[in-house]
Amino acid sequence: MPTRPRQPFIPLFAAVLFAVAALAAAPAGAGIFNPETFTLQNGMQVVVVPNHRVPVVTHMVWYKVGAGDEQPGKSGIAHFFEHLMFKGTPSHPNGEFSQMVARNGGTENAFTSADYTAYHQTVAKDRLPLMMELEADRMTHLALTPEQVEPERLVILEERRMRTDNRPGAILAEHVNAALFLNYPYRIPIIGWAHEIKGLTIPDLKDFYHRWYAPNNAVLVVAGDITAAELRPLAEKTYGQIPRGPDITRRRPTEPPQMAARRVVLRDPRVGQPSWSRSYLAPSYLYAVNGRDEAADPYALEVLDEIMSGGATSRLYKALVVDGKLADNAGAYYNPGSLGPAKWVFHANPAHGVSMETLEKAVEAEVARLLQGGVTAAEVERAKKRMVADAVFARDSLRTGAQVLGAALAVGRTVADVEAWPERIGAVTPEQVMAAARAVLGPAHVTAVLLPGEAS
Amino acid sequence: MATTLARRLAAAIVLCVLVLAAVPAGAVSIQRVVSPGGVVAWLVEDHTNPIIALDLAFRGGATLDPEGREGLARMVSATLDEGAGGLDSQAFQGRLDDLSISLSFSAGRESFSGSLTTLTGNRDTAFDMLRLALTEPRFDPAPVARIRSQTLAGLRREAEDPDSIADKALMATLFPGHPYGRPAKGTPESVAAITADDLRGFVKRRLARQNLLVGVVGDITAAELAPLLDRTFGALPPRAAPWDLPEVAPARADTTVIRKPVPQSAISFAQPGLKRDDPDFYAAYVMNHILGGGGFTSRLFNEVREKRGLAYSVGTSLYPLDHAGLIVGDAGTANARVKDTLGQIRAEWRRIVKDGVTGDELKDAKTYLTGSFPLRFSSSGRIASMLVAIQMDKLGIDYLDRRNGLIEAVTMADIDRVIHRLLDPDKLVIVVVGEPEGLALAK
Repeated sequence: MPTRPRQPFIPLFAAVLFAVAALAAAPAGAGIFNPETFTLQNGMQVVVVPNHRVPVVTHMVWYKVGAGDEQPGKSGIAHFFEHLMFKGTPSHPNGEFSQMVARNGGTENAFTSADYTAYHQTVAKDRLPLMMELEADRMTHLALTPEQVEPERLVILEERRMRTDNRPGAILAEHVNAALFLNYPYRIPIIGWAHEIKGLTIPDLKDFYHRWYAPNNAVLVVAGDITAAELRPLAEKTYGQIPRGPDITRRRPTEPPQMAARRVVLRDPRVGQPSWSRSYLAPSYLYAVNGRDEAADPYALEVLDEIMSGGATSRLYKALVVDGKLADNAGAYYNPGSLGPAKWVFHANPAHGVSMETLEKAVEAEVARLLQGGVTAAEVERAKKRMVADAVFARDSLRTGAQVLGAALAVGRTVADVEAWPERIGAVTPEQVMAAARAVLGPAHVTAVLLPGEAS
Repeated sequence: MATTLARRLAAAIVLCVLVLAAVPAGAVSIQRVVSPGGVVAWLVEDHTNPIIALDLAFRGGATLDPEGREGLARMVSATLDEGAGGLDSQAFQGRLDDLSISLSFSAGRESFSGSLTTLTGNRDTAFDMLRLALTEPRFDPAPVARIRSQTLAGLRREAEDPDSIADKALMATLFPGHPYGRPAKGTPESVAAITADDLRGFVKRRLARQNLLVGVVGDITAAELAPLLDRTFGALPPRAAPWDLPEVAPARADTTVIRKPVPQSAISFAQPGLKRDDPDFYAAYVMNHILGGGGFTSRLFNEVREKRGLAYSVGTSLYPLDHAGLIVGDAGTANARVKDTLGQIRAEWRRIVKDGVTGDELKDAKTYLTGSFPLRFSSSGRIASMLVAIQMDKLGIDYLDRRNGLIEAVTMADIDRVIHRLLDPDKLVIVVVGEPEGLALAK
């Protein structure tokens, strides 16, 4: 609704949703983005994604640290720190960073996910050197004072109220993650628990900065009207001057075998529309989840997800919404781009007057039909064709390539890996699809139900 | 290390003050394509990728929904792609999916829009699917019932969403008795009352060649586009049914509080603004940027968020309608701090009226607004929608070249004039949804 004005550019952790959307649209096409890449002597990786439509560039620095790397009891520190990166350095104190970006006609933002934190500006090409100087400056020279940290803590608590506490669906989602991941840190919300946000100290924040912010833990991605030959000297003059930090290893707890089904129910008077979901632990490109008897291939699972949920003719939408008339909406989502385990989530909103039990049985019937009846070769081909065609669209936007490559490299994947996506999707067979289905669709899932009414 | 960087940075700052060489908007050149049958489209050719993006809009949107049928335009937008010609809903959607064609429609207050994206190889089929949807929609009972059910579910969700409640109440308060005050998405009652004949009537009366605006970007030449325009839009009726809406001045009102059990109150506010064709529009646009516009730099951002941590999101924007003008804003803050937040917003309103803006603020705003303009050309779809918006606002095909000059021309005297003409803290109409504390004292 247009009465709502544009939000100010907000360093928002959930801007990651944007990145996820980009990921969903992007992975496709033979040699998707055709980027150039090199590494600075201090270990900082550099990726250049050409797009010459207008003399504009998007400049992003991705740090290989996210909410999943936080110490126990310090939840929210990765995101809190992202906000503080805008506060100031000795050379550019008191919010000067944003003023300079704006004075140069740039737009900027930042976001934090469970696996990475990224900062970005989009500017006219001739302003890129300045953006690189500024970003390099705050990689190691941030100065934090209580006068800056305390108001920002309040801002973050307001952000949490807006995104989570005001929205029953978001409260339930936090509980689902805490139930789905028995041990992996994805069980903790990216923005953090309110009581732990309140307890973070300046020494905590400084320790976090010194531990994670270093060129050898960062990836520079520049997309737009530029080549690697043009970028390299600029990168060497700015980021290249920063000494390499100590080697950094991300050590995270891993997930034990899951044995039991779990159910999470939230009743809240603020729920206008009930909803239902079922989440399965699933493999990512980097994290194998042991199924009952075989490992699931993430590429095969992506194809299966497309068959189940890709658009108005997908299995779930057709069975539950179009033919069954049991749901107003039905679908699934799966993003295997995470460093840790992924999840495959089925979701549906019951049509008015349809009970949750009826809806749940109907979804279960579709899952049973899949496991018993399998998928046809034609379904697999149709899904693959659509997914691969998306590659061409992914090349069009200035930001998509930068988002997708940055997100991949920030979890330790390679450019080649991203570029091989269409080929790997193209190679998926119906047998692999069904093997993935059997491995993932076990009994140890988490069912979530959101209902109106008083908590009982 | 720090000093070296600092010195180099100082040099860079000096440099950027001297060199205001922003991106030339001319990097995107617009052709006006007229089909043999007289259909006009603006085209930006770009053969980098085998993609074509088309955006279209018909003047006249949800504001024209009949009494008791609020939500009609929106319902049409959701059902137009649910079967057309010989293709039922599943066949229609299946063909789009199989060919990776994206086709969607949406309804705004003053326009009805569509958007098509296709690979060049499927161009003719894609345009034909658009033709079918616009000229032979089926509105079969099953998909209409399904979309109605989805729409009602959306309304139920919004009925509990503090931001949506605040926005709806604000418009109802500002425009009692005028179509702008009615909910554009309808009410449960009005949506339930919409019939397939209503949907057909909308298509027949509203979607015509005379009120159609088209923007195309991508891998297609003017010579290829011209005949396609006739094939796609030629069967539309020549003229839409006429309409006549009265000009309206936003009403004044006391602060409204709508009680909802949420920890954070949603605040929406507005005061009279100006229309898009007002000679003071650019001055107001620059002024708004300084007061509460985008970026990390506005006064409201600094005073409400940065210094006091009162809100995560706070801002204002111009909201020009065809028959009224508004300056609108919003903020979200803990119930206990609503009073402080409103106090700060009013204080900033008073401060800018009393003291105006500084020369540096004006200079910085202009640099940002001119420099960032070309950043909007970031994808074919965004450029296509801009081509339509420029036509919608009747800004002229040379607008991209003129636009930054219009911003640059704004003087301190212009800003002072527009501040005194428009801004008045006593005219702020405020809606708060939540459990705000101590609000009676806010004024």
